[in-house]
Amino acid sequence: MDNLPPFLKPGFECEIGSYTFTKEVIIRFAEKFDPQDFHLSEETAKDSLFGKLCASGWHTTSIWMKMQREYAARTLQNYSDENFAKVELGPSPGFKDLRWMRPVFAGETVTYFNRNKEIRESASRPGTYILSVDHEAYTDHRKNELAMSFTGSVFIHLLPQEGEKA
Amino acid sequence: MTKKVLKTGDCITLGPRSVTKEEIIEFAEEFDPAPYHLDEEAAKASMLGGLSASGWHVCAMVMRMMCDAFILGSTSQGAPGVEYCRWKKPVHPGDTLSGETRVVSLRDSKSLPNIGISELEHTIYNQNGELVLEMKNFGYYALSES
Repeated sequence: MDNLPPFLKPGFECEIGSYTFTKEVIIRFAEKFDPQDFHLSEETAKDSLFGKLCASGWHTTSIWMKMQREYAARTLQNYSDENFAKVELGPSPGFKDLRWMRPVFAGETVTYFNRNKEIRESASRPGTYILSVDHEAYTDHRKNELAMSFTGSVFIHLLPQEGEKA
Repeated sequence: MTKKVLKTGDCITLGPRSVTKEEIIEFAEEFDPAPYHLDEEAAKASMLGGLSASGWHVCAMVMRMMCDAFILGSTSQGAPGVEYCRWKKPVHPGDTLSGETRVVSLRDSKSLPNIGISELEHTIYNQNGELVLEMKNFGYYALSES
């Protein structure tokens, strides 16, 4: 466990990526999964609490997953030498405390951040670890406009090192 | 339009909805390109045991099941969040999902005028009666026509 890549250790913080929610992608996601008036068109969104077309909350979490996969793929490459444990990430047993603080309106760019909380060995699967991570999504980080946050968790599997028996 | 009104203690049936291999892979390619969401062989070797839908895809499908069951045509005004979501079993191609939403409580918002807050618990099962997902969230709805 001591030789886990640093980005999997408790306390590690990072920006994982940004994504612009265009009107087209908001509507395409909503038509499939969340066809409520405020996710379908500017016209139908006017009379809602939000007042303007905005992304489904499940769209903002799904894009977090996309940013996270891209970040992990980039980052794991940096720790591919023998000084670090070989690991596989995922899947996840679930999440908690998901908050959608403000809508993500069409045209807004969201920037996603991770802050690792704790790592523990799975009670039911020895040798598998569960890392819990606080995630935040800002529509404008400088102005502290937090749009979404949640605490996620991911299984970490340690792979046999080179030369070790599986 | 008839407005669907929730009452405390209501149990609303969700689904059934079947899940295809094509939609599992389509969602994974766009949002969650892990080998166990994309490729049968790689998935067999993973802890999921076979090609499985992204958990976020399952959440999105459950959202659609809720829309079709009671949200569309209601005065829903979105949701402030989800207390917890547990992915208990993988969802494989060919699975059929169904379940229910239970209305735990209803109250008026203190900070938002004319908005009510629903407390909802959702349970989703596969065709074998195995619990696939459990989730609790709060929803906003308009108390009367504006």
